[in-house]
Amino acid sequence: MIMGIPSASTFSGDIDGLVWLVTILVGVWFIATQIMFFWLLWRFRAGNSPKSQYITGKEPHLKRWINIPHSLILICDVIIIVAAVRVWVKVKQTLPSADDTVRVVGQQWTWTFQHSGADGTLDTADDVWTSDTLHVAEGKTYHFLLESKDVLHSFFVPVFRLKQDAIPGRTITGWFKATQTGTYDILCAEICGIGHGLMGGRIVIDSPEQHATWVQQHSAMASASAAPTDSTAAASAGTPN
Amino acid sequence: MSEHATTAPAHGAAPHGHAEPNWFIKYFYSTDHKIIAFQYMFTGMAMAMLAGFMAYVFRMQIAFPGQSVPLFGFVSPNTYNALITNHGSIMVFWVAMPVLIAGFGNYLIPLMCGCDDMVFPRINRLSYQLFLLSAVVLLASLFVPGGGFGGAWTAYPPLSAVPKYNLTPMGSTMWVIAVALEFVAFLLGGINFIVTAMNARAPGMRAFDVPLVVWMIVVASLLFMASVGPLIAGAVMLLFDQNLGTAFYNPSRGGDPVLWQHLFWFFGHPEVYVVLLPAMGIVAEVMTVFSRKKMFAYKTVIYTVIATGALSFFVWAHHQFIAGIDPRMANIFTVTTVIISIPVAEMCFLYIATLYGGSIRFTTPMLWALAFLCEFLIGGVTGIYLGASGADIFFHDTYFVVAHFHYTFYPIAIIGTLAGVTFWFPKMFGRMMNETWGKIHFWGTIIPFNFIFIPMFILGMSGEHRRIYDYTNFPDLANPQMQALRITSTVALVVMLLFQFIFLFNFINSMLRGPKAEKNPWKSNTLEWTADSPPPHGNWREMPTVYRGPYEYATPGRETDYWPQDERA
Repeated sequence: MIMGIPSASTFSGDIDGLVWLVTILVGVWFIATQIMFFWLLWRFRAGNSPKSQYITGKEPHLKRWINIPHSLILICDVIIIVAAVRVWVKVKQTLPSADDTVRVVGQQWTWTFQHSGADGTLDTADDVWTSDTLHVAEGKTYHFLLESKDVLHSFFVPVFRLKQDAIPGRTITGWFKATQTGTYDILCAEICGIGHGLMGGRIVIDSPEQHATWVQQHSAMASASAAPTDSTAAASAGTPN
Repeated sequence: MSEHATTAPAHGAAPHGHAEPNWFIKYFYSTDHKIIAFQYMFTGMAMAMLAGFMAYVFRMQIAFPGQSVPLFGFVSPNTYNALITNHGSIMVFWVAMPVLIAGFGNYLIPLMCGCDDMVFPRINRLSYQLFLLSAVVLLASLFVPGGGFGGAWTAYPPLSAVPKYNLTPMGSTMWVIAVALEFVAFLLGGINFIVTAMNARAPGMRAFDVPLVVWMIVVASLLFMASVGPLIAGAVMLLFDQNLGTAFYNPSRGGDPVLWQHLFWFFGHPEVYVVLLPAMGIVAEVMTVFSRKKMFAYKTVIYTVIATGALSFFVWAHHQFIAGIDPRMANIFTVTTVIISIPVAEMCFLYIATLYGGSIRFTTPMLWALAFLCEFLIGGVTGIYLGASGADIFFHDTYFVVAHFHYTFYPIAIIGTLAGVTFWFPKMFGRMMNETWGKIHFWGTIIPFNFIFIPMFILGMSGEHRRIYDYTNFPDLANPQMQALRITSTVALVVMLLFQFIFLFNFINSMLRGPKAEKNPWKSNTLEWTADSPPPHGNWREMPTVYRGPYEYATPGRETDYWPQDERA
């Protein structure tokens, strides 16, 4: 958990763990360095040390004070790199097999979400389109297909610790798996024009049963309004929530 | 200032001997490196006041959304974006660069290397004129139809490239032109700094007798010249995309928006070190003088500077971890980014080690130099969170980033500059600055500074994203605790800005009425202190010769605790 915001995905704990590791390693060095700094200022103030010493920096007994911490920092760096890459590979470089897929489309200045509907496949007549609200089930692995219609946007779900830029002309695939129910913010983290300050949404994480009910209701409506098997009609007649 | 310059007796004998020019030629069309340095510094200071005012306006909007800001009025979303964009652009390109590199570079390189002027004085003058033009273009861009550019200082396309997306067709074009002109100005300046420091040093001054600040400005100029080319090319492509209908960054016609990000950050990251190094150099000069100490391991400092500079070319994509680049690339850039902490940590340790065995005097310039080290450390260590790719997934584009880079840039551009200005003030204007007001200004700046940016670390950790003009639109970010932090930071900013008037008063008052400064008021070793205060056009009546390195303080067997570089053994 980072500073009191909930941790709601399978990898948010990993990222928080990495943040704690960096805090501890870096914090020790930071505090040690500041203590040394202020102690030197106190000890060698002109009032206490009227004459300065001639020190070139080549004296072995003084160089030790630089070289030993330096090697220790190198070790800390290696630890941080290994931990960071492990988390990165888990979140961004591996793609666990999906239980369901959603399409996330950014445009000035709203998020649109295409849920796969009752049949569990995208781009069929029963797809549920919503703007600004994404509905997912707890405990299911989702793939998201991230697209943009105009400029760069960034799909940011703080409780998931998930962020990915959307680029026009590309589809970027990622994943998440929610671990607790609730309704949280979805933000756009990349400046996207005048309405950037308005562009947000909510993610509704339901239990699998509640989510199934929601899908049933909205899927039926979507199929009904898309009568002549035209999936683009379903898109335009979709149910903004 | 004018009184001294006009009564300076040196003109007849100086290498530049010629008739006294009229005041316009003297202050606005001069080839004298000191006047050009002042032009850069004063332009930079004026731009800093403007960008500071911008920060005041948008911080007020964040703290009290939708209310009229005193001295400004209501802030529309469009204005808000233009304000944050230009605040960032100005502070980096029109404050940090002109004051640190061009201002101090111009002033110090000839004086510290013991020569009469820059090697190419007319190119130097042209450099400032182009810079002034770039500033005028930027300021004009705020008043054209549609308003100033609002796509953030990083100007990512397609937003920056397509008028129908940014709605500021003229503002964004003028922004790109201003930035490109500014780069040309600094290319001209950079050539001068490198050539002068390499070819025009006083007799006897070997490479390792050169003061650190000159070394660092030269390395910074090299970094700038090597990194800026790709960005100028990128800026031209952006200009073409905006106005001529090309599609370098337009994916629907075969371009790629991410290309700009690579070109921008390939320059943008070395740029951090371009401004960091001159500030570190200034701090080295001030610290050695006021702790009466030789620099701890002078040569190692230079090697770490060169290593940092070289490494800084291989870290740029850490700004793009989640931008849609191949995720495998992130691993490489995590390694290079975290590794750059090695030379930078070494440099900080060597600076702190310099205090050991010293006799430390807490004058105003020394307070600024020490504050630089203390605060820059915070900026340095918080960078590790962002360089570690896994953690950056969360932190990217949150206020954590904002707080982090202000903890690096603020010490560089404001604290480092103030260390330099208060230190060289007696040389520049021939008068001493008032210490009491100087110290009041110091504490009145440093304490609020921390209250501005520490809340931003907490906000960033709570998921607050950047460049938003009203957080009440986001339920999870609109809670009263977070708003209280935003207000704290805004109030601290207002307090800090008010304290700058004390500096302004002290600066002008000391310039006009301060006690006269002697040649070498701080008992320093470097060559600029052997010239008159202020030095005349041509700098010395008799050019100095160098016999030793710049940091011979407390040399055993001498009566005085300093040993000027030009004093015969």
